[in-house]
Amino acid sequence: MAITEEPLALTSGEAATVERPLGALTRPKGGNGWRDWLSTVDHKKIGIMYGVAAMFFFVVGGIEALLIRLQLAAPDGQILSAEVYNQVFTMHGVTMVFLFIMPLAAAFANYLIPLQIGARDVAFPRLNALSFWIWISGAVFLNTSWIVGGGGADCGWFCYSPNSGLAFSPSHGVDFYVIGLQIAGVASLISAANLIVTVLNMRAPGMTLFRMPVLTWMLLVTQFLLLFALPVITVALFLLMFDRLFDAQFFNPETGGDPLLWQHLFWIFGHPEVYIIILPSFGIISEIIPTFSRKPIFGYSFMVFSGIAIGFMGWGVWAHHMFVSGIGPFSVAAFSLSTMFIAVPTGVKILNWLATMWGGKLRFTTAMLFAVGTVAMFTIGGLSGVTHSLAPADSQQTDTYYIVAHFHYVIFGGGVLGLMGGLYFWWPKIFGHCLNEFWGKVHFWVILVGFNLTFGPMHVVGLQGMSRRIDTYAAGYGFEFWNLVATIGSFIIALGVLIFFFNVWKSRRDAADLPAPGPDPWDARSLEWMLPSPTPEHNFDTIPVVESEDEWWHRKYGYDENKRVVRIATIEEAAQDGSATGVHLPAPSFWPLVLALGLPLIGYGLIFNLWLAVVGGALTGLAIYSWALEPVDDPDADHGHGHDDHHDDDDDGGDDHAADDSEPVTAGAEGGE
Amino acid sequence: MATATIDSPDTHAADGHDEHHTSTGISNTKLAMWAFLGSECLLFGGLISTYLLYKTRRGPGPDNTTIPTDIFDIPFTSVSSFVLLMSSLTMVLALSALTRGDNQATRAWLLSTAMLGGVFIGGQVYEFTSFLREGVGFTHNPASSAFFTLTGFHGVHVSLGIVMLMSLFVASKQGKLTPKNTETVEIVGLYWHFVDVVWIFIFTVIYLIPVE
Repeated sequence: MAITEEPLALTSGEAATVERPLGALTRPKGGNGWRDWLSTVDHKKIGIMYGVAAMFFFVVGGIEALLIRLQLAAPDGQILSAEVYNQVFTMHGVTMVFLFIMPLAAAFANYLIPLQIGARDVAFPRLNALSFWIWISGAVFLNTSWIVGGGGADCGWFCYSPNSGLAFSPSHGVDFYVIGLQIAGVASLISAANLIVTVLNMRAPGMTLFRMPVLTWMLLVTQFLLLFALPVITVALFLLMFDRLFDAQFFNPETGGDPLLWQHLFWIFGHPEVYIIILPSFGIISEIIPTFSRKPIFGYSFMVFSGIAIGFMGWGVWAHHMFVSGIGPFSVAAFSLSTMFIAVPTGVKILNWLATMWGGKLRFTTAMLFAVGTVAMFTIGGLSGVTHSLAPADSQQTDTYYIVAHFHYVIFGGGVLGLMGGLYFWWPKIFGHCLNEFWGKVHFWVILVGFNLTFGPMHVVGLQGMSRRIDTYAAGYGFEFWNLVATIGSFIIALGVLIFFFNVWKSRRDAADLPAPGPDPWDARSLEWMLPSPTPEHNFDTIPVVESEDEWWHRKYGYDENKRVVRIATIEEAAQDGSATGVHLPAPSFWPLVLALGLPLIGYGLIFNLWLAVVGGALTGLAIYSWALEPVDDPDADHGHGHDDHHDDDDDGGDDHAADDSEPVTAGAEGGE
Repeated sequence: MATATIDSPDTHAADGHDEHHTSTGISNTKLAMWAFLGSECLLFGGLISTYLLYKTRRGPGPDNTTIPTDIFDIPFTSVSSFVLLMSSLTMVLALSALTRGDNQATRAWLLSTAMLGGVFIGGQVYEFTSFLREGVGFTHNPASSAFFTLTGFHGVHVSLGIVMLMSLFVASKQGKLTPKNTETVEIVGLYWHFVDVVWIFIFTVIYLIPVE
């Protein structure tokens, strides 16, 4: 047993020695009411909130998608005006990318990274809460443009200039896009820095980088991509905002502005963004497939390095989005080549997943079905992607439905299916009961069929020359049949999503009558499965000492003298029981929420009335200083040291114990008195 | 139990922040600042690229053809740049004073760093207003929009740095800044030096590389 059986170093503290701060700066106490959710800094609760909010926006973006498909079901669709159609397809893309997939991936990152590396929380719990609240305030801000902005943004999700300028987009929709994405970007940036520090700094003893689960690795690469890609789109969004709100001359061709600048800045962000979307899903299925194949992942280090390679090479392919923008033959050739190269590490991953399954004892649970579906669908999307590296072919396909088909196979087929599989896989860990397998399988097959019916035909109409982003089409071009099929398919996807929600409801209702799933219902491999389900608030009773890759699996299984795998401990023996009490956890705080509320006020202010921006700025400033001056802890609890670093977080969560290096027991949190 | 496994607060103070156990040995806050600064490189990279693209883009006329490089005052900005670079020296001296436990000197150096930054910002305000007087405003042409955006973003960064320095100054006045907080000052210093280094690039790109 690798766990050191030592008593937890917990103290009740000596309140008498602690200075009591101003009343308003007292930290809230934990509880279970709604206040607790508003002030929580627990990475698990924050992860759940990310997930719930992401699913809400999935429905919003899905309704927008259904409107698009209804409009295109038959020639000369009359359901939406051209104007509203532009807004709906723009907001569909923006919502699905920034308000659904990214936050759903963030939900997994928040919930799982600390558990997989053996930590009690992220490096900066309050900043983590701040990320969530800023993200959701940006998301709500963006969508309020439907109500107060004269409609949604209508420039497409990549919002090309000069289309996005005041001349062609006079409503406030684009202003909301620009400011809403900036707010959401701040959230992702903070979250990226936080999670990078968490992975690099808060690993349990023995958890070297190359013993980390592939999911944690992929999420780490994703955070680096976010860290470096977001500032680039921030620049682009600022320039466009200055153009629209303050009459700057960045993208106005009449005064010498260059629309190509927007395209470059957008895609320098936008292509890494593709990998930001896809890598978390790759990580998730890299956990699911080995578990249900009962084999370690094939070529762990190849998996990790190909993920890192994708992260690096993702920066060198952006101009393949611009082959018809007139960037010159040399650039086109260079980006063609780099686009072909990036298929290599991706292919390595696909082969490794297949090799993991090869000869394994496969169990086709719902999670496994989604994982295998991800590999298959992503392969289709990847292959059509490679065809885009051939610039002459791509020039034909640009702005047709072939592109729409391609990126939906990548993002829905590769990204969303994997995330769905992750929900089925970790649901018992998060909520303490499994999702119903029967309805899960129905969910999978309905989604898979609907997905292929929707996006498969788009390859055909795309190659026939049907343009994307046109609100209708005339009869007689041969587009009718496949468009109708795609519309039917989209409603089948919607049915699949409803089945998922039904399954969530049913599984919760039935949970009381079923046996509890226990810590490890799938016989899985990484550290989160050694904890009770649902995860106790303090995560680990004692921080595990890690001795190998797939640590949890090796605590359950060993080898006999014939090198055959034998069970050496039952799950109950090897797992922690979550019984530790009084573990010192970072105290909740309301200031992240207050700080986040200031930002949309600044946004509304910039658009409608600068005084409102002043109010928002004051609120934000107040929150920053209150945050900094807020005591590190509840004064009645164990009190740590404090310092006055006003721009950064001080509650370094579980790492801050400053324990003796030779002593593996980590009580988590602040040094005792 | 607890006292056997965990440092007493006193040991803590002596160790300072650096000694906290992390997997890398670098404290969380410092690592986060490095990550943030990495991100900032891309922000300024984007802004500098924009300026390089637009630096000679004059408007179609008649009253918006003047670009910043026509009228800037290189000697003046060189002096204010020198002032900003010197503030990095005083920042280091502030950190060194705090490490020695000399609170008086810490406050003096923090204040002088902030004041040197303030002089730089004052110079920028003067430059902006003189540009405006000579008819080169933010909205005139792509070159001027890019100039004001790039230098303005840098100015905002310096100003935020001044706010941080003054916050440290006030904290020191209240006796909250002790040698165990050296890392806080060090991290603010990282930010401050970064902003200075970025200015070296911006100054070179705008003022030193001649436009044809």
